Amino acid sequence: MLSYTLRRLLGALPTLLILIGFAFFLIRAAPGGPFDRERTLLPEIEASLRAAYHLDEPLYRQFGRYVWGLLHFDFGPSFQYRDYTVTELITAGFPVSLTLGLSAIVVALLVGVTAGCIAALRQNSRVDHGVMALAMTGVSIPNFVMAPLLVLVFAVTLRWLPAGGLGDGSIRNLVLPVTSLALPQIAYLSRLTRGSMIEVLGSNFVRTARAQGLPAWQIVVRHALKPALLPVVSYLGPATAAVITGSVVIEQIFSVPGLGRYFVAGALNRDYTLVMGVVVFYGVLIIAFNFLVDLAYAWLDPKVRYR
Amino acid sequence: MSKLYGVGVLAALAAAALAGCGGGPAAGATSGRAAQIGGASGSELAERQVLHVGNEAELQTLDPHRAEDTSSFNVLLDLYEGLLAEAPNGDLIPGVATDWTVSEDGKTYVFNLRREARWSNGDPVTAHDFVYSLRRGVDPKTLSVYSYILSPLLHADDITAGKLPPEELGVRALDDHTLEIELANPTPYFLGLMAHSMAYPVHRASLEAHGDQWTRPGNLVGNGAFKLDDWVVHSHVKVVRNPYYWDNANTKLEEVWFYPTDDLNAEFQRYRALELDMTGIVPAAQIGFIRENYADQLVIAPYLGSYYYGFNVTRPPFKDNPKLRRALSLAVNRDVITKQILNLGQLSSYGFVPPIPGYTQQQMPEAGWTQEQREAEAKRLYAEAGYGPSNPLRTQIMYNTQEDHRRIAVAIASMWKQVLGVEAEILNQEWKVFLDTRNKKVDTQVYRQGWIGDYNDPFTYLEMLRSTAGQNDTGYSNPEYDRLIAASQSERDPRARMELLQEAERVMLADMPILPLYTYVRARLVQPWVGGYQSNIMDRHRHKYMYVLKH
Repeated sequence: MLSYTLRRLLGALPTLLILIGFAFFLIRAAPGGPFDRERTLLPEIEASLRAAYHLDEPLYRQFGRYVWGLLHFDFGPSFQYRDYTVTELITAGFPVSLTLGLSAIVVALLVGVTAGCIAALRQNSRVDHGVMALAMTGVSIPNFVMAPLLVLVFAVTLRWLPAGGLGDGSIRNLVLPVTSLALPQIAYLSRLTRGSMIEVLGSNFVRTARAQGLPAWQIVVRHALKPALLPVVSYLGPATAAVITGSVVIEQIFSVPGLGRYFVAGALNRDYTLVMGVVVFYGVLIIAFNFLVDLAYAWLDPKVRYR
Repeated sequence: MSKLYGVGVLAALAAAALAGCGGGPAAGATSGRAAQIGGASGSELAERQVLHVGNEAELQTLDPHRAEDTSSFNVLLDLYEGLLAEAPNGDLIPGVATDWTVSEDGKTYVFNLRREARWSNGDPVTAHDFVYSLRRGVDPKTLSVYSYILSPLLHADDITAGKLPPEELGVRALDDHTLEIELANPTPYFLGLMAHSMAYPVHRASLEAHGDQWTRPGNLVGNGAFKLDDWVVHSHVKVVRNPYYWDNANTKLEEVWFYPTDDLNAEFQRYRALELDMTGIVPAAQIGFIRENYADQLVIAPYLGSYYYGFNVTRPPFKDNPKLRRALSLAVNRDVITKQILNLGQLSSYGFVPPIPGYTQQQMPEAGWTQEQREAEAKRLYAEAGYGPSNPLRTQIMYNTQEDHRRIAVAIASMWKQVLGVEAEILNQEWKVFLDTRNKKVDTQVYRQGWIGDYNDPFTYLEMLRSTAGQNDTGYSNPEYDRLIAASQSERDPRARMELLQEAERVMLADMPILPLYTYVRARLVQPWVGGYQSNIMDRHRHKYMYVLKH
């Protein structure tokens, strides 16, 4: 298990380097630069700006400088948000995205898995059809439609919850964005759980458990749930990364100061250091989550461990 | 069947949410309260003097000498005050300076500063602060992209170019409260520049103490009516009353919160949910809904900005072809764009410089004609330029990706097609790509452009079309035009100067390197309990004039 872990960790390094390289050169290859303005800058000013951000150096040296900085956790200064370094921006934005993302995943897991189990146990009943119809709707309504709907109902009309912002960071401010983020995940997870639970419930060891006269809830919780969760877990890694990193739309609609907004703003403004910082950070995050999933898999499924 | 029905209802609901329909409750709630606003007298103040305003994109910086975006300017107006300041209606009024004298030749200004002016930490604001700050503004090390605002000061351009040290700038402290500024040329709009953020003073001691961190809450020391209390990027900026401000007795608001919103619709929803007292802007797509439900809160006012198309005159087909350019300009029915497409009260324009006091607006000679007459003339010019049904002009309109720009481009292409038979292709590019393409003048033929004036003087527009100007993306070059602009820079008599500028615009309009379309307006929503708000052409609002009525 230890050598497996180490091998996986070492394997991630080249992936990360390639990612950094691609992002570094691609963003610079995009037409237009950080100093293009409606009003063209005076050549002297553009020259001193380029010098200040080391953009006047040859590319290989800029790249070397960047990687060297990364090794010291220095992502460089932001071109767009001039009063901050990229490290500061990520440190400020990530906890917000993380809170939103993790809350959404926890909510989605609790609700989705429960709904999926109930649907599987009452297969083809009205409950099952109802849950699955809701799930289908949830999967097919994108969150940029759902989120404004929730705002319209709960903020503008009923005035129960705020329409945007984090306020003082209280739960009230989190309810709508977390719900919008969680809904599609709930939908997907409940379908996934239902499918795999039905399969597991039909397997030999469950039949044996039934034959032994165990109560239904015990069969589900003690025997069927763990194997039924395997597909859920393998989905969970990428899903968590996606929810934490992919909440760009939700962060915009709810004016939440998360990391996703820097991605968009950074790319649009050709804020090279900011885009790079977010890409590298996301890269590390996604690699880490996939790694965790592999470990969880090994724990859940003995077959993986012995391989 | 029933499932399908459900989906249909959801889709309809979603469409309604996006279109902003079903807003009865919010609108009803506010108009229902209208009767009590301001209490019995109508001017009673609310107990909590806190204002929440929408502020468009996240601000780039709180360093007044490095700021270049409206979001930053809006906050800086509260944190700082220059020698001059703006009244609620935009008029220039004394700021830190109480009065000033101008020398005979118009090149030397002496300002007397308020003795009671204080920084937000209690230090006195002195002439030395202004000397330090103006030098900092032109110093190339500051990396200011707006240093050209200070260009009229003696030696400013040479300092920005790195040829002279900042100490050579034409600014001197005669004593603690008297400041002398020397200009290279008499510059009639100079006083207006002294209200720009480039001319705000910064607090030397805190800059030196905190280095890169000097604009952070707790470090930033300003001299405005408010001081910085909190700044969370992409969440909010909070400013609170500055008790040391010289006119603090007249400040009514205790706190102002600025909220950045990338999404115009999100800002509008926050306004409807009463989280914002004012928006920065209104979503154009919802204007019909807003007019219906929020008519009493919608404030629309002229804005110092021109929207126009440029012709690339360095390449065929527009090179040396003023007849073709005139034909295309005359074939556009501007009223269709302003009244039917945009419908916010924008003014159709037939000249470049928007309405500015003291300047007689110039227009194409055909401005007073009917559209039919213009179209007839357009056809004649088009034929004279050598085009016709068998030989139509094939061209391309390029614009930066945005819905309104697209709608306008489509309309213009179809007007050209209908009136002249022009085959115009429309092409959009993402903003930075577009800037790059436009500036290279290779792939552009007709392109979209807009400009918001930096100061309230025609020069901020007309200088852009000088043959040497960096922003001249048309490639327009007419020695007569350049001569008139240069002459206006050394002309001391304000009237004669304006006449030179007007003459320059007439020359340019006869050549038609640009196709003027409309003058901008600024639209925002303001809750009925916000007092002291006045529209002005520069859209500069100091919150020291505003207050919240009881509601």
